[in-house]
Amino acid sequence: MEYYCGIDIGASAAKVVIIDRAGRIIAKALGRSGIDYAKTSEQLLADACASESIDGRQIARSLSTGYGRDNVPWADAKMTEIACHGKGAYFHFKQCITVIDIGAQDSKIIHLDDAGKRKSFKMNRKCAAGTGAFIEEIAHRLSLDISQLNALAESSTKDISLGSFCTVFAATEVLEKIRAGVNVADIVRGAFNSVVKRIMEMDRVEGLLAATGGVVAHNPFLAKLLGESFGLEAHIAPDAQYAGAFGAALFAAEQEWNR
Amino acid sequence: MASSAELKDFAASKNMRGVMGQYFTELCGAAGASKKVAWCTSVGPAELLRALGFLVYFPENHGAMLGANARGFSPDICSYLTSDIGSYLKGQSPLHKMNLPGPPKADVLVFNTNQCRDVKDWFSFYAREWDVPCIGVHTPRAIGEVDKVIVTSVAKQIEALVEPLEEIAGAKLDYDRLKEVIRLSRRCTESWKAVLETAANAPSPITFFDGTIQMGPAVVLRGTQEAVDYYEVLLAELRQRVADGVGAVEGEKHRIYWEGMPIWGKLKNLALQFMELRTAVVASTYCNSWVFEALDPDKPFEGMARAYSELFICRSDEPKEAYMERMIENFKIDGVLYHNAKTCPNNSNSRYDMPQRLQAKTGKPFVIIDGDLNDLRLYSEEQTRTNIEAFIEQLSQG
Repeated sequence: MEYYCGIDIGASAAKVVIIDRAGRIIAKALGRSGIDYAKTSEQLLADACASESIDGRQIARSLSTGYGRDNVPWADAKMTEIACHGKGAYFHFKQCITVIDIGAQDSKIIHLDDAGKRKSFKMNRKCAAGTGAFIEEIAHRLSLDISQLNALAESSTKDISLGSFCTVFAATEVLEKIRAGVNVADIVRGAFNSVVKRIMEMDRVEGLLAATGGVVAHNPFLAKLLGESFGLEAHIAPDAQYAGAFGAALFAAEQEWNR
Repeated sequence: MASSAELKDFAASKNMRGVMGQYFTELCGAAGASKKVAWCTSVGPAELLRALGFLVYFPENHGAMLGANARGFSPDICSYLTSDIGSYLKGQSPLHKMNLPGPPKADVLVFNTNQCRDVKDWFSFYAREWDVPCIGVHTPRAIGEVDKVIVTSVAKQIEALVEPLEEIAGAKLDYDRLKEVIRLSRRCTESWKAVLETAANAPSPITFFDGTIQMGPAVVLRGTQEAVDYYEVLLAELRQRVADGVGAVEGEKHRIYWEGMPIWGKLKNLALQFMELRTAVVASTYCNSWVFEALDPDKPFEGMARAYSELFICRSDEPKEAYMERMIENFKIDGVLYHNAKTCPNNSNSRYDMPQRLQAKTGKPFVIIDGDLNDLRLYSEEQTRTNIEAFIEQLSQG
């Protein structure tokens, strides 16, 4: 059996996906990106292979993406996370879609046409507003583990506003809310809505709204709020956190077949 | 994955060191000499100053902003201003590397607000510091048609500078000399434009990044024979490259228009990245901003007024878009990159929906990168690299 591998080394997490010729995910692995991307990439590849007893020689081609895409010594090629998240999401929906990927360090809006061809894209500007880093900071301020956030936000029925563009200033707003005795669940929902607003400011949505990335994978309620804000249903892509790595594996397969 | 790309220099660049070195040496040695020094904004009335015998200095980008920020100039305003004043306050200058004492003290500072208000604020600082006059031209901004009313007003303002400048220069304006300087400036413009137009060829023999370096004489030495001579040599070399099919970017696949300011501290990195991506940035608003076709030796003041009011930067979006449409067609552009420079709103044209309008008209996609001309605190290297790489991937889809 011949396989194809994609690896997405993001700002926070690294993901490996191994697929077969039909695009089925056969194995996957996830870990912190850490500070030695080459070592991380090797470990995660070994983990993914071991989980399904895959011999590395069965992998016909590999492609890297994400911030660490230049640091994967075993990758045969690289592409940007813009291309790979688009590819990974389109595989599931096969129609005109807008992919909203919310990562740890940046957010992207990617427009694909009916054939999956990219029409345009936008990344967030430099700061952390509208990204996973913002949510992590708010969790830290509220002394919460990030795994608690989704349930808390979902339990809230009240919209409170965190207005600042700046993560540090937004954290100051959170402190003000705490002092004012605002319910923690409402603050978390406010933080989710702040991310949604920053994303809405970036670009429009055309066609089906597909959400990818670790933030929506762990916080589906945020995707729901995102959809409501755009007046659409937000579809969370299967294996949303792995969408970039999955797209990279699909590109690797395509490249191998076209060789 | 290490970069294998290598930038191709021009043989003509060997002359650059001599031409620019001589210019700076004469300027910086002016202290105590008989010649007076006038500071001039980069698209200010340089021809008039040269004709009056001034040594003309155009303050350039320096690297130390913190001093100016601490003094009260916000980090949100022009980073040319803050870096230059910051460097002055710190006593630092890139000219020290050339064993020169640093920028010459001005006898007069002459601005034109065609670029922005910041140039006047910038020069006013030195006027207070040195107790010297700061005078200039207040060109309107967001000009639609450059009509007779505007040209007449600006021409009168330039003419009104003659008397105070004569007093500072200690000499009367020689109108024949003014005509000659304007004639030379016009010739420099024609050659510089011809240099930039060679990039309409595919492959292009020159990129925007080359242009930002090669434009030195067109900025600081326009109105002199040296600038005319420099571009004649460069133009011949470029035409030879075209004849030989030599491109500035090996294996050129895509052609980009750069709208907005250069990111001075990242020119080489960006040039190499585009080279690796087999992409030539062939045209730009910036390098074409020193093309002054309306200069007319027979109508010195009217010609200068029209030339310095026709600039892209002081126009409204309609003529800007019409200009870019022509450029996109003439240079066979595949996509447009807009540099949104945080501290230079007047040179950032991505903020009022222009990219979307132009894409609708031309069908050419765009990408916006966030950065700054000088202040690298406002620049994210990784985000910019990814944006550019993703944009070229998009163009490669066909």
